[in-house]
Amino acid sequence: MRAVIAEDSVLLRVGLVKVLEMGGFQVVAEVDDAPSLLAAVEQHRPELALVDVRMPPSFTDEGVRAALEIRRRRPGTAVVLLSQYVEERYAADLLSADTSGVGYLLKQRVADVTEFVETVRRVAGGGTALDPQVVAQLLLRRSNDPLERLTPRERDVLALMAEGHSNTGIAETLTISESAVAKHINNIFAKLDLPAADSGHRRVLAVLRFLGTSRS
Amino acid sequence: MIRPGLRRPALLARRARRDAGFLATGVLPHLALVPVWGWAATFTARTGHWKPALQVAVLLIVLGTPLVTAVQRVRHRILLGVDVVPSAPAAEPWSWAVAARQALRWLTSAQTWRQVGYHLLLGPLLAAAELLVLAAAVAGLAGATAYGWAWSVPARDRRGWLGYATQLPWYTLAGLLLLGALPWVAGATARGESRAAAALLGPSRSQRLQQRVEHLAESRTGLIEAVDAERRRIERDLHDGTQQRLVSLAVNLGLVLATTPDLPAGARAAVAEAHLEAKHAIAELNDLVRGLHPAVLEDRGLDAALSGLAARLPLPVRLRVDLDERVPPGVESVAYFVISEALSNVIKHAGATRTEVTVRQVGAVLRVNVTDDGLGGADPSAGTGLGGLAKRVDAIDGSFHVSSPVGGPTTVTAELPCAR
Repeated sequence: MRAVIAEDSVLLRVGLVKVLEMGGFQVVAEVDDAPSLLAAVEQHRPELALVDVRMPPSFTDEGVRAALEIRRRRPGTAVVLLSQYVEERYAADLLSADTSGVGYLLKQRVADVTEFVETVRRVAGGGTALDPQVVAQLLLRRSNDPLERLTPRERDVLALMAEGHSNTGIAETLTISESAVAKHINNIFAKLDLPAADSGHRRVLAVLRFLGTSRS
Repeated sequence: MIRPGLRRPALLARRARRDAGFLATGVLPHLALVPVWGWAATFTARTGHWKPALQVAVLLIVLGTPLVTAVQRVRHRILLGVDVVPSAPAAEPWSWAVAARQALRWLTSAQTWRQVGYHLLLGPLLAAAELLVLAAAVAGLAGATAYGWAWSVPARDRRGWLGYATQLPWYTLAGLLLLGALPWVAGATARGESRAAAALLGPSRSQRLQQRVEHLAESRTGLIEAVDAERRRIERDLHDGTQQRLVSLAVNLGLVLATTPDLPAGARAAVAEAHLEAKHAIAELNDLVRGLHPAVLEDRGLDAALSGLAARLPLPVRLRVDLDERVPPGVESVAYFVISEALSNVIKHAGATRTEVTVRQVGAVLRVNVTDDGLGGADPSAGTGLGGLAKRVDAIDGSFHVSSPVGGPTTVTAELPCAR
């Protein structure tokens, strides 16, 4: 699969190229700011864009805005945002447009190379991956909403779902059985009033419920 | 080089000359307005029409006052080295309206009338004092040189002056005494005059204090802005430099671990250790930099920045932010700093199991509350943490309060004025 990288630190860019190539991606362009990223996406039509949130010239949220622009122009392109700090607001912006093929991770996650490559592959395949820190922020202050009704274990499961894990992955992480995971997930759907139909998207909708309440 | 013994008399003489010069140049400007009211008085006495005399006199005095004041300022500065500070006029682009407004302000200000009083009433008195001192100088010189004068008179005339031989020593003595006293008298007069000028021609005490307060407020704002800019610069430098290098290091170590499975066990353990250390260092640096001034604060405001802050705490935080709109950046920055520091205090000292952060706007005040269910007994005067917070809040005229009975709960409250 073809990928472009937008990162203004040369040192880190070199590392990212190596990691992606190790994961079987072909890096077709490396750029250091948002306008050249958009140009590179138009030119190369990659399957994946790996984007730093904070880039020149204003060093705030260029990456987020560029990602939204990419999703608008080329909806099929998967985008993984990397940042030194992850912010739920940026995640909400990103996911409000479309939830599939989107990732938002702390830069330091790249250091765990194998896991990172897996995550990127999942996003490139249409999955969603949120950093645990974003999920923690989302769970933080929602007091008078349905999330309050979740048990701590159900919150853990929901958090792992938001991070993009499969039932098997969740079961391994929490060292519980897969059927227990399925039971928790059904409880979560029930407590969040998500209808049983349209089950393929319910996982995403549950994640979105965080974001929906975060914007009220 | 003058020998020490001679320096003092030489200095005295120089000072006396300076004071005498200063007093001599004062006579004319001090009397400058006397002809005006002198003429007005005689005109009224002669014709009995006081109205036109008064009008002309007032006009001339109003026009003359700034001129004579300026002359006095120059005289004080050049001859005495004393600056009689003019009250600074507001710097506005010139137009007829502005000029008219300024003229009106000038006419109605107490300072103008103090100046008029100085020139009309005190001026003639000071001129009289100056003339007296100058006359004393002349008399002193004449007396001290009485023998010279006496000997220059032809002997024939001198003989007609009965008793001159007994009078001359007295004249000389009196002259010398006058000359001796002159430096002190002239100095005292000059000092008195410059003090009167500073009091009546310069800004009043309250005006000076007001100018000082304005200056201090301005410089304090500048200082706070400089500190904030410095925090942002440090944050940016760390973010763009050190943090990226550390991440790059951790990524490369991760790559080594992932791509070289045949690494000897010892080397592998060492690389894994380094990898772990690098990741810890990144996490620590992130926490540190995050406390400085996160970019998201500028970008999305207090609410967004606080969720990032609170989510990384090792204990549950309940966060409520009720803001209709963004508050000024300086206030956001202080509020963020207060909450960030208060929360790290809770982590370090309170032994709490949960905390609650609320931010509310009440009128023109941003009220920030950080409560924990910990041990209590926090003392703002003991540690530097809470004291530093109080100072930071103080710097924008806010109020800071800590309630922490032993046994808890501890509540830190800051009220920050945020009128634009």
